[in-house]
Amino acid sequence: MSDSEAVALEGVSKRYGAAEVVREVDLRLGAGESLALLGHNGAGKTTLIKVMLGLTRPSAGDVRICGRRPWERGFSALRARIGYLPENVVFHDTMTGRELLTFYARLKGRSVAVVPELLERVGLGAAMDRRVRAYSKGMRQRLGLAQALLGEPVLLLLDEPTTGLDPVLKRQFYELVAERQRQGTSVLLSSHALSEVEARTDRIAIMRRGRLVACGTLVELRRAAGCPTRIRVRAAPSAVEELMTTAAGVGEARLVAPGSVEFACRNGTKMDLLRRVSALGELVEDIEIVPPSLEDIYDRFSEEAAPQ
Amino acid sequence: MKAILILADKEIRDGLRNRWVLGTILSFAGLALSLAFLGSAPVGSTRAGELAVAVAGLSSLTVYLMPLIALMLAFDALVGEFERGTMLLLLSYPVTRWQVVLGKFLGHIAILAVAVLVGYGSAGLLLAWSGGWDVEGAGSYLAMMASSVLLGGVFLALGYLVSVLARERSAAAGWALGLWLFAVVLYDLALLGLLVAGGDALGAGQFVALLLASPTDAYRILNLIGDRAVAAVAGLAGAAARAGIGGLAPVAAMLGWLLVPLLLTLVILQRRDL
Repeated sequence: MSDSEAVALEGVSKRYGAAEVVREVDLRLGAGESLALLGHNGAGKTTLIKVMLGLTRPSAGDVRICGRRPWERGFSALRARIGYLPENVVFHDTMTGRELLTFYARLKGRSVAVVPELLERVGLGAAMDRRVRAYSKGMRQRLGLAQALLGEPVLLLLDEPTTGLDPVLKRQFYELVAERQRQGTSVLLSSHALSEVEARTDRIAIMRRGRLVACGTLVELRRAAGCPTRIRVRAAPSAVEELMTTAAGVGEARLVAPGSVEFACRNGTKMDLLRRVSALGELVEDIEIVPPSLEDIYDRFSEEAAPQ
Repeated sequence: MKAILILADKEIRDGLRNRWVLGTILSFAGLALSLAFLGSAPVGSTRAGELAVAVAGLSSLTVYLMPLIALMLAFDALVGEFERGTMLLLLSYPVTRWQVVLGKFLGHIAILAVAVLVGYGSAGLLLAWSGGWDVEGAGSYLAMMASSVLLGGVFLALGYLVSVLARERSAAAGWALGLWLFAVVLYDLALLGLLVAGGDALGAGQFVALLLASPTDAYRILNLIGDRAVAAVAGLAGAAARAGIGGLAPVAAMLGWLLVPLLLTLVILQRRDL
């Protein structure tokens, strides 16, 4: 376990009373790397983040944040280099954005001179002297991010940061995070939808009922999920029979409409099927290829009924 | 220490912003001024100085008002931050849990101290300036101001205890109100009932112990009996002489009521699994 790793969890479990919220999680986040932590509500994402912050101590397992255990002396100094945005945080809305950020900057031992510049950077320059009460949802979330960005953090932990933001605000938010990542900050953010974090992070980890069920790049997850690619073929109604026999044994075939057959192709059978279907020549009117959607892949891992 | 001061500073700013400080100062000043100038009329020619009269009148009202204000400042302090999610954020900073509690306490007690200093102090100065000045009276007036802040501290600490135990803000508000009712009204009613019903069965020592067990009664003793001139006005001189209570016991009782709930709050918060 090297000190350069931002996060290293080994066999981490956490129980509250009888409920085991996190079970034997191994997770690593290298310096400058970004990771999305996915899972339904109650999958254990927030608890895992709390463990990383040292807000709660794991029942079992080892935790190192930048080489230090959160419950050991001296971790407090490291906290000044960790940016955290809790889920659904509601700031004191009688304060202005500038006042609020000034308070947090002082608490982190930072010069308050960075406050206006930071607010400017997250697009709150014009609103910094307005009360938080008058801020929109997107502005509040950017204020929360500004708070997390104080003091050039080496690690950013963002708990469902874009929930409730519209697509434009989401994109702006991720751009700000990406900018920070380019400067070497490791980023871990949680979300409950794969489509939200697609292509935003280097790796994706999926949790289900406290366990880490998958971790890898999107390509790796796609492969591991083994979700079928669906191929819809439209042919003359008289040719359907022939179509079915041609493709026998390659993919599951299903008649979805008169003259329209859908094949579910698993790993590597897609090209074989396409070759056979195109061999039928003019009997085939149209071919439509539908790769597994992000939701399909996510459901595969996160659904209760899915195989381990 | 620096973190505590930053947190205290934030509480004071919050208090200034939402007019808590202003409201408290105005209510204390209004109370003190009206008592000082309206209340002195019927006393007329007693031997007691005007300041001593003011102490008797003010302290018997402070004993209701100060606990209410302190509890209103404190009940939300911890449970509110948990509910808004700002406590998690705060604790992710280089700040310990006990620093959060002590910072809030320092800020809140500063608000109360300033309100007492400005509100009661201005009335006291006016009284002294208008001719009611005497050294003994000034002493007991200052002692009344100090013990009022201490009383505020007691109910801040009790308020934090309520705040750390309650699961929701609304529950904390209910508990705080109940606590106020018990401490300033029900306890004394029960004590009175005990005296009436029990008669002589209750020894003077036991009675004093029961009085000291309540922070509000300790405050009353301190201000109404502790000083001879005030006691004369309040008609309690005889009782004080019989009971033989000095100023130390009530102060110790109040300090106990401040420190124990504060420590309990710290321990409970420290042990909480977030």
